[in-house]
Parts: sequence; C-alpha cells; structure tokens
Amino acid sequence: MSVTEQDVRHIASLARLELDDARTSSLVRELNGILAHMDVLQAVDMSAAASDEDAIHGATPLRPDALSSLPLASERGTFAPNYQDGFFLVPRLSTHE
Amino acid sequence: MTDYELVVGLEVHCQLKTVSKLFCGCATSFGDAPNANTCPVCLALPGALPVLNANAVALATRASLALGCTVQQTSVFARKNYFYPDLPKGYQISQFDRPLATGGAVDTGLRDDGAPVLIPLTRVHMEEDAGKSVHDRFAGFSAIDLNRAGTPLVEIVSEPDIRSAAAAGGYLRTLKQILEYTDVSDANMEEGSLRVDVNISVRARGAAALGTKTEIKNLNSFSNVERAIEVEFARQCAILDAGGAIEQQTLLWDDVHNRVRPARSKEGSHDYRYFPEPDLPPLVLAGTWIDAQRASLPELPAAKRARFIAQYGLGAVEVEQLTVSGELATHFEQVVEASGDARRAANWLLGTVLASLNTSGLSIERHPVTPARLGALIRLEANGDLSNSAARQLFGIMEQDGGEPLSLARREGLLKVSDDGALVEWIDQVFAEFPTESGRFMAGEAKLQGVLVGHVMKKSRGAADPRKVNQLLAARTTG
Amino acid sequence: MSDGGRSAADLAAGVRDGQVSSRELASAALAAIERVESGPTPLNAVLYRDHETANESTLVTQGPLAGVPVVVKDNIATLRMPTSCGSRILDGYVSPFEATVVTRLRAAGATIVGKTNMDEFAMGSSTENSAFGPTRNPLSPDRVPGGSSGGSAAAVAAGVVRIALGSETGGSVRQPAAFCGIVGVKPTYGRVSRHGLVAFASSLDQVGVFGRTVDDAALALEMIAGADPLDATSTTGTPISYRSAGRTADAAEGERPLAGLVIGRPREYFPESLDAGIRAACDRALDTLRGLGADVRDVSLPHTELAIPVYYIVAPAEASSNLARFDGVRYGMRVERSGLRAMYEATRSRGFGPEVTRRIMLGTYVLSAGYYDAYYLRAQEVRRRIRRDFTRVFASGVHALFTPTAPTVAFPIGAVSDPYELYLSDIFTVTANLAGIPGMSQPIGRVGGLPVGGQLLAPHFEEATMFRVAAALERGLGGSANA
Ligand SMILES: [Mg+2]
Ligand SMILES: [Zn+2]
Repeated sequence: MSVTEQDVRHIASLARLELDDARTSSLVRELNGILAHMDVLQAVDMSAAASDEDAIHGATPLRPDALSSLPLASERGTFAPNYQDGFFLVPRLSTHE
Repeated sequence: MTDYELVVGLEVHCQLKTVSKLFCGCATSFGDAPNANTCPVCLALPGALPVLNANAVALATRASLALGCTVQQTSVFARKNYFYPDLPKGYQISQFDRPLATGGAVDTGLRDDGAPVLIPLTRVHMEEDAGKSVHDRFAGFSAIDLNRAGTPLVEIVSEPDIRSAAAAGGYLRTLKQILEYTDVSDANMEEGSLRVDVNISVRARGAAALGTKTEIKNLNSFSNVERAIEVEFARQCAILDAGGAIEQQTLLWDDVHNRVRPARSKEGSHDYRYFPEPDLPPLVLAGTWIDAQRASLPELPAAKRARFIAQYGLGAVEVEQLTVSGELATHFEQVVEASGDARRAANWLLGTVLASLNTSGLSIERHPVTPARLGALIRLEANGDLSNSAARQLFGIMEQDGGEPLSLARREGLLKVSDDGALVEWIDQVFAEFPTESGRFMAGEAKLQGVLVGHVMKKSRGAADPRKVNQLLAARTTG
Repeated sequence: MSDGGRSAADLAAGVRDGQVSSRELASAALAAIERVESGPTPLNAVLYRDHETANESTLVTQGPLAGVPVVVKDNIATLRMPTSCGSRILDGYVSPFEATVVTRLRAAGATIVGKTNMDEFAMGSSTENSAFGPTRNPLSPDRVPGGSSGGSAAAVAAGVVRIALGSETGGSVRQPAAFCGIVGVKPTYGRVSRHGLVAFASSLDQVGVFGRTVDDAALALEMIAGADPLDATSTTGTPISYRSAGRTADAAEGERPLAGLVIGRPREYFPESLDAGIRAACDRALDTLRGLGADVRDVSLPHTELAIPVYYIVAPAEASSNLARFDGVRYGMRVERSGLRAMYEATRSRGFGPEVTRRIMLGTYVLSAGYYDAYYLRAQEVRRRIRRDFTRVFASGVHALFTPTAPTVAFPIGAVSDPYELYLSDIFTVTANLAGIPGMSQPIGRVGGLPVGGQLLAPHFEEATMFRVAAALERGLGGSANA
C-alpha cells in the first residue's frame, strides 16, 4: 500500500492541518517511507487472531454519581484564547453565517 | 407512478437522570451560568482523564432491559473522532462495535390485525453529550458553553422497520413512556432530554434492496417527526418519479415552513475513525447484577395495561389513559384500594381530577385530594350519602380547604337530607318564593315538578334527596 | 554538584534531622540549574524554574523525600510553572490542576524546582524535536541526551538533582537514561497514575523516574506509585516497597544475592549487527549477574522484530486522537482567522512541529476508512502476540530479562535525519510499553567514553524483582558501570 498526494491532502483535512505543496509532497515521501516498514504486518496470519482471552486490562472502575468536580486553580479566562461573559468564542460557524 | 414504500429507522438520544456527568463529577443541571459546570475533564484540559459514572451505567442498563434488549456483560467504549467546537476533546466517547445492549423491541401502539406492531431495536449504547453553541450573541463569533458537554446519554437505534409516520409517532410515544416509567430519563423532547434523528429512504413496494437514505435532524416534537417523515417521503417519491436520484445527505427540519432543508456540511467529509477508548478499560457487568437490575424494574406500561383490563374490568381506552404515566396508574390503584370501586375511581380520575390538574398545572402526587380522601368521597357517593352534584361540590371544597370528606360534608350540609320535616320546610319556602310556578304545578302542570325539584335542590345546596323531594311534591297534588 | 554526592534518601534524612533546610536544597538546585544553563554551551535541559522555592517561608521537615529537589518533564501538569509539552501550541500554558504524581511527590516532601525539556509531545528519541531547542548531553555537549525525556535525564546526569520525572511511551525514560549514564525506570502500565500526564498514546504512556542510582529511582517510584481514582487505567493494590526489595538484595546471601533467580537473555535483542562495544558491555554485565548467583538462560521472544511497526501504528493512531483537543478554542495558542476551519488549520499547522505533524498524519491515516483493518487491527493483534511472548517466557521460570537498552550510544545532535532510522532507536524498549511490563535501564559501561545502558525487564507488577537484580548488578559492577 502506498500513499498518494490526494491521500495526504485528505488526511490533512481530516486532521485539520494546513499543508503547503512542498510539505505535502515531502509528507507523501516520508509516510511512504515509514509505511514500507509496516508491510511486514501484512504477512501476519490473522486466522488465529486472539479474542479477549488476554485483554490488557481488567474492568473499568466506576465512580459514584456525586458532585465532585475537580477544582480549577485559575479562572477559565486566564488560559482561554478568547473568553467573554463566560463563553469560549470561536469564529462564527459557517452553518450560522 | 410507482407505488413506493417508506423505510424509516429512528435514532433516539436520551439524557439519563444522573446528578453528575458521565465521566466527571460536574453537575448535569440546566440553566447555570455558561461553563460554570465544567472541570479539567469536560474542558478536555491536557492530562485530564475520564472515569465512568456508576449510576449512568445502572440507568442505561435499566433502559435497555425495559426495552427487552440483551445487556452485554462486556461492552467497550470507543472514540468517535471529529472536530467541532462544542466537542472539547475532538472526539466523543461513545460505544461502537461492542455496545451495552443489543436486540429488543418497542410496541408502536398500532394494532395490525389486533396484534401489537413491534419495531425491533438494533442496539442501545452509552455516550456523552456535546456542549452548546450560541450564535446570536457576539457579532462574528459563535459562543461555546460546555455545561452540557459530558452529560450521559443513551442512544437507542431502531431497525429500519418503521413503515409510516404514525408508526414512528407510536414508537416514540411508547419509548418515552417506558423511559419515564423506569425513571431513567425525563424524556422531554421540548427540553432536549430526548432527541430524535430520522433515517429515511423509499423503495418500490416489493423491492428488497434499501434506497439511498437521508437523515433528518432538528426535530423538537413527536408531531414534527411525523410531519417531517411525511414531507420527506413525498419529496423522495417526487424525485424518483421525475427520474432523479436521492442524494445521501443530512437535512434539517424547518418547523416554520414545514419543509426540510439541507444542513450545510459539518466541516467536511465524515470519517469518524472509531477505535477503542484507551483511557477506559472495558465495561464489565456481572450477570447477577444485570439480573438484579431486571428484577427491580417497575411494572412496564404494556403489562400494566393488560392487568388493569383483566383486574378492573375497564375498557382499553380508559386503561390507556390511566397508564399514561406510572404516577397516574399508581394513584388510580390507591384510589381503587380506598374506595373499593374501580369504575367510579376511573371516572373520577379521568374526569374531575385530570381537569383539575390541567387547570392547576399540579402533578398528580401534589394534588391536595389524596387517594385516601378521594376514596372516602367515592364511598359516600356510592352509598347514596352524597348526590352527584354534592360530591362534585365537596371535591371542590376538599381541593380548596383540604380535610376529610365526611366532616366537610357535614360542615357544609352536603349530606343527603331525606328527613321529611326538613324537606317539607324547603318545599314550603320554594312555594312561597315561586308562587306562579307552584300555582301552575298545583293546577295540574306536572312538567313543572322538575323545575320545583331543581329549586329545592338549590336551596338545600344539593343535600336534599331528590327522590324524596319528588315523592313529597307528587303527594301534594294528589293529597 | 548541588547534592554533594548524597543520595535522595540521605538528603531527605539530612532535612529531617535539621542539618540542612528544604530551602537551602532548593537554592542549591536552582544555582546548579543556573550553572548548567549558562555559559557557551547551555544544556537547555530545564525550561522553567520555580524561583519561589528558594524563598519558601514554610519549610518542609518531614517525608521520605523531605526537601529533595526534583525536576519534572514538561508534559506533567504543575500549578506553578507552565506545562507546554515542548510545543509552541502550549507555549505559556499554565495548568489549572496538578498531576497526581506531582501531588504525591510534594506530599512526600519533595520540592519541584523546574520543568524539563522534551521532544514535542514526547514524540522523539533525542530531545531535538522541542519547540524550545534541543537539549545537550552533559557528558558530551555535542551529542543528544536521548529522548523524549532528555531534559530530565540531562538534569540528573549533570548533577542538578538526584531525582527527576519523565514519561514513557516507547522508551522515553530508559533510552535517555542509557545515553546519559543514569538509572531510568518505566513501571508496569497502570502502576502510576496518568492523571495530569499530557497524553501521547494513552495505552502506552506511563510516568517514569530517573535517579542517579537504583536507590534514588526506587525511592522516587515508591512515592508516586499506586491506584488513583482519577485514572481508570491505574490499578488498585498497595505498592510494595521497592527500596526494601533492593536492600534485601544487598544484604541477602552474601556475595551471591541473586542465587535462585533466573535471568533470561532474549536472543532477538542481541542481533549479529549489534554494536560490538555494547555487546561487550552486556556480556560483562551478564557475567556479573552470573557471579552474583543468577542463572542466565537464553530465551526467545519471536515477535520482537514486529514491535517497531506495531508501535508506529498504535502510538500515532492514539496520538492523532489525543492531540485533537489542541484546537485553539479553550486554551493554548490560537492563530486568528475569520472562519472556524481556517482557525483550526492555521493554529494546528503553526502550533505543531514537523514530527508531531508527521505522526498525526500517520495516525489519522491508519485509522481512516479503508485502512483500519490493514493497519490498526493487525497491529493490535501483533501487540497481543508480543505480550504473549513475554507471558510465555516468564511462565517458563524466568524472573527477569536482561538486554541492551538501545542499539547505539548517544549520537551527535543533527546526525540522524531519516525519521524511521530514529524510530529504530527504540527497538529494544518499545516491547515493554506494548506489553505493559516494567523495565529499567542502568549504566553498565562505556563505549568511546559514552555510557551504555543495560535493560532489565520483569513481569507485570514485579518491579521488586527488577530492583533486586538492578541493585545487585549496580553493586557488582561498581566503578566499571561508568568506565
Ligand atoms: Mg450518537
Ligand atoms: Zn467536568
């Protein structure tokens, strides 16, 4: 399997990354270089794929349904890029322009 | 023109009645200042981790069991990845290929040949809600409030087996009733604690393959759901009839113009890249715990309806009304217990009591006339100690003043008076006040007897025994 | 050196006895930081310093780490210093909550004096990928300290502190420990809370510790270990005392403290191509282990060669999702644009460096429609087989494994430019992260004056065994560990 320039643009769009043409073509090379090393996995026989038998963890712990909010040592406005009247502001969504 | 068949599947998101959020201890309450109920976890601050709410698991399990689903002993949370400002982590923690529950069915309430029409369910899974965006408050900006982010939801997915708008409505009403009975959710569409997405396609009747589907969102009432299905069905049929093809897309229901319009795509194509949530090991439920949850479910609406018909000899329509909510049904049974008369209990509740609740806006549990007192009132009426009208009058007084019906009836002189002396006195007063009518009555106009009885009843404020008054009046003309 | 060559335990004892104050130790550590960060070749190991600790009015007088200065990797949330993960996107961000490990260190009496440089979001093996510039290796300033926890390793190696926290996803504590000639421990997955550790790959991430000696590292780990209600993947149970395990080894059995223990030598970790100097150092360490009474046995972990491909699917996949939260909305950097999508893209493209971008791209790709089964699902299956390799070997009566920590010694800054070549730096360490088992690196000799690390691996939650072997080996090698 190998990645095309179109793939790279599609992935960048999914990941919300902006790539110029030079970076796009170098990423095509870099990703294909890396993915070539992944090809050994395609030879793995998956017919004997394991089930839950050796899951990594046990069961997830549960917490009681109680108000126990982790406190914030500083106000939201001190770390937010654009914070007004208690809201986080973002550029107006295109669906509501 | 082809004869088309409607194919509808519903996805219902329903907010679970927990105190705190699904993965953190923040409040799920409404109406607080924006972002007041947020913490490192629901703000997705770097380094914060989710921890699952035990009560959300219990409520989701109970909902699944009440819907007849098989609850899985092991289910797995998964990340659904997409960017949106109301989704702080850039992914929603949901369940994907191993949901909490599978199977199950919901009764549409419509009877096909007398048999219930069941819509099978695909799955029930748990997930977290997103936050809210406010668009009209800041020029050029959308404002994000994450108070709702992380609120626990169950998503209930039906098979695409719904064939009419009415069946969709019936399905939703039954579903809502079950969720309310089990006290899992407020299930209020207007308030947003129940949200419905419609998947809809059409195909030539008899065809096996499914057509291209569209999804309708932004529906805020059951009747909107029904209307939207009708409108979209007609739209799709018209496109196909004109030789066109249905475009797979998300549509928004426009309540004002009664139409659907395409949602502008939510920031590009959808590829959610689901994978198991590594911050949460699998949810493992003991079989014995699931059994205990099942055993502790209340009687569900369908079972209750069947029992009421058999046990109390009531009609299907009345029973439907009496079981609208678990509270009303329970109240009814308490009144039956106190009065020993199911027929009268049903009449009182569905008539006078519901009318009174409609006027006052009170919930049945808050109504001042308790089941015990209403029962006692019904007994007085059934024994003939109170006339119909006196009973209704007494009910009004009980609503106002509270108190036991017998003592109130005595105080107000509402108990039936059949003592000749008192009745004769009222008749004499009526004769004196209405000489014309009484004169014509004595002269042989028998039809005026009803008018005179009415005056006597009024004078006695309903306490006179009308049968006895009639006898005494008749005796005057023959005597 | 700010500690005068005294161990963390001795420093704490001195504070408890009133010989030295916590404030004096903090001042000395800050002065040592100032020394290594000034001059013609600053290490660039410490990004932020808490100068307040030198003037603290309340003195710490109690606790196993009473007054002991500690530095913490920049991806672990602290209240009084920024937590920027070596990234522009979090430049200046101060966390409004504190990591559990930091709270526990402070509860044990430690003073957090600084935050250390790292590869951006812990993605790297050299600490060259920091938005704040590369860290130098204190033993050879033109070389890398390893990574991604290079700043913490360099600070300990330079003698600034005895103890530092790092984090591991594929070897980010053990490999820099090897490059800097100190001890680095990655505990069992779940042994230490991740609450407050900024996630790279959640199923692999674990906070780890650096120490000048096995004893320093063991004491630090003992203080931070244990289940945390804020991390669903942390585990219950009382942590055992690592230090007493190590000391038992010293005291027991005279000069054969490892009698009865079986140490496995996995042949896949000693390929033909292994650097001769590293092989020689390992052979000497294995001889020492035999001399200490251990039974050294050849074993096989057949899926080892698939570990790097598996790791570079699983870790980027999780990272692509974990790093989605850096979107310019609630915290961190934002590049203003008039549209939302443009704001996202501009913020993330300028906020993330090239290696982070590469891994987000790789991770997004392997999870995307059409590729999930071929990459992610397969990788998960092979990951299970790698874990089973270890389970099988440990079930056969092997108590611990000994391997080289890294295939090379510290390389010159800028020497490795091919990303995959750099990925191979983790070839001997990623397996422990994939399997969730504990591992540690300790100095076992030098090649061309540069330290060589020897790695011990143990079964899940068997850190005590690991420390017992490590302490005995440290003593057995003596001065030759650093020669
Ligand atoms: Mg959903
Ligand atoms: Zn919260």
